[in-house]
Amino acid sequence: MKKFLSAMFMTAFVLVMTHAGYGMTINGAGATFPYPVYAQWAHKYQKLKGVKLNYQSIGSGGGIAQIKAKTVDFGASDAPLKAAELEKHGLIQFPMIMGGVVPVVHIKGVGAGKMKLSPNVLAGIFLGKIKKWNDPAIKGLNPGLSLPGKNITVVHRADGSGTTWIYTNYLDKISKEWHDKVGTGKAVSWPAGVGGKGNEGVSAYVQKVDGGIGYVEYAYALQNKLAYVLLQNKAGNFVAPTIKSFQSAAAHADWTHAPGFYMVLTNQPGKNSWPITGASFILIYKVQAKAETARAVLSFFDWAYKHGAKIAMKLDYVPMPKKVVQLVETTWKKTVKDTKGNSLWR
Amino acid sequence: MEVTSSFPGAPSGAPSPPEVIKPVARARKQGDTLFRWITIGSAFVVPLLIIGLFYSLTDLSMPSLRHFGLKFIFSSAWNPVKQHFGALSSIYGTLVSTFIAMILAVPLGLAISLFLVELVPPAIGRVMGSAIELLAAIPSIIYGMWGLFVFAPFMADHVQPFLAGIGGDLPFFKGPPMGIGMLTAGLILALMILPFITSVASDVFRMVPVQLKESAYGMGSTTFEVARKVTVRYGIDGIVGAGFLGLGRALGETMAVTFVIGNSHRISASLFNGANSIASTLANEFTEASEPLYLSALVELGLILLVITIGVQILSQLWLKRMRKKSGRGL
Repeated sequence: MKKFLSAMFMTAFVLVMTHAGYGMTINGAGATFPYPVYAQWAHKYQKLKGVKLNYQSIGSGGGIAQIKAKTVDFGASDAPLKAAELEKHGLIQFPMIMGGVVPVVHIKGVGAGKMKLSPNVLAGIFLGKIKKWNDPAIKGLNPGLSLPGKNITVVHRADGSGTTWIYTNYLDKISKEWHDKVGTGKAVSWPAGVGGKGNEGVSAYVQKVDGGIGYVEYAYALQNKLAYVLLQNKAGNFVAPTIKSFQSAAAHADWTHAPGFYMVLTNQPGKNSWPITGASFILIYKVQAKAETARAVLSFFDWAYKHGAKIAMKLDYVPMPKKVVQLVETTWKKTVKDTKGNSLWR
Repeated sequence: MEVTSSFPGAPSGAPSPPEVIKPVARARKQGDTLFRWITIGSAFVVPLLIIGLFYSLTDLSMPSLRHFGLKFIFSSAWNPVKQHFGALSSIYGTLVSTFIAMILAVPLGLAISLFLVELVPPAIGRVMGSAIELLAAIPSIIYGMWGLFVFAPFMADHVQPFLAGIGGDLPFFKGPPMGIGMLTAGLILALMILPFITSVASDVFRMVPVQLKESAYGMGSTTFEVARKVTVRYGIDGIVGAGFLGLGRALGETMAVTFVIGNSHRISASLFNGANSIASTLANEFTEASEPLYLSALVELGLILLVITIGVQILSQLWLKRMRKKSGRGL
């Protein structure tokens, strides 16, 4: 009886193992911003295909360090790596999911989507040059609002974050003074204001301080009903942050001419594009020592591109447009290979 | 309360001379040897850990130590984009927030423990005492969240406008009342170290011999005089110890401070403004610090905190020694 049972287990085990990738675990680490959606995808995918995804949201910096140390199968970063750096380490990157960064304000009587801001005014506020809400520059853009003579309190992220990277990248692009004085970074030397830890810290400060302005991830602004502003985009229109306006930014971006998918979606053309959009990236090696694992990783992301949109939108993330997905999968075909030089993705 | 100095398990008197070693005794002796080595080994774990900690922190902060040198301590620049780092604003914030906490918590803690020991009926004293010790069991993240969502708005609406009103031309209470900032962090810290100070100080006060107090009362002293001249003087060692215990915790407190201090790398005279401490900077920036020099600068901040903490401990020991000599111990 015992023998029979163990034989049965063995057979079952072999059967399971031979089924492509079943029981496998993929390891990834990195950005915290996409963690909720990766976790949901992983949960669903394990139920469907039996492949387990173990994703540690240790931060983009950590993700880059871990993939370079080869302790994980893929890394994730909110800020893309430059083509030269990818080349140096033999990595490729591709955008997986998008989100937007949204300036939010707290002024009595000003609700969500009521205040209009132009790039110059936004930069002026965060540079600490526009100090009062009734400044003529703000009044000029919002003739319909009655603005108080309150001090503006700038609230920024205190912790290093991809959100800050995207936001400062935008300010860097639209303001020469910001570019010269501050620059782009996951943490920067802020000319003005106070810092809150995480999206929740920033939004708590903004909600507590009358006259506060900060920036948070779109999902966070939406779920907490924060008073977001309308921003003037590159085309000159005032747009609201919506899934459509983020996708417009991604669709209008010129991905084909971005080596290594180095594409920052801030200040993109398109009349409906939200100007502070960003993508979160996945990093993998071009030459894969463990072909089986690599195939499982690519299959997972392929599934996520094709079937993960609904889950993503439910969590207020923005799926990549089809055009970009096709481009990514072509890149997989061309560049991801096993040690013998065979393509791992067909 | 009786203080016992002998331990029930300890052997008393001289050990019996080793005559004929019986098998049982040999086994016992082997047990002793084993016990001895286990205790020696355990005792050495701590110094080894400290040395290891020092070594690895110094090693990891080498790039920053080389690049910035002593300037690191005296510069308040903190620019991750241009890779300019200085520790001054973090050191300043750590020291000032701790100072605020100490000047509030030490007198308050002493007053509470005197009340618990001298004035209140023992039954009530015990209940209140354990309530205060319960404060110490609250995780610091809870203090942080409570501080941000409940205490900070209260500060913004009531305390800060009041202070701004009476502050006049003093630079400490200037600026918009945001509710967060150096002062709020100091107050939260005071609340967090209060239970440590109170519980240690109460234990110390309870150990003051009753005879001493009774004699003082017998000579016609008032309660205040007994508290001041007998209880506090007798327990001065313990009080200083309690203070330093609180100080140690305040210096390194991370989560609660990070939530309410405002996290800005600037030094400003106003206690209403945002500031930062070494611990809060580390908590905030460690995860996303990908450049080697940035990481190294953060590790160096940790090294500085370790040095400050150990320095405080050494100072406290020296201070205690002096106190003991001065107060003559016998009283």
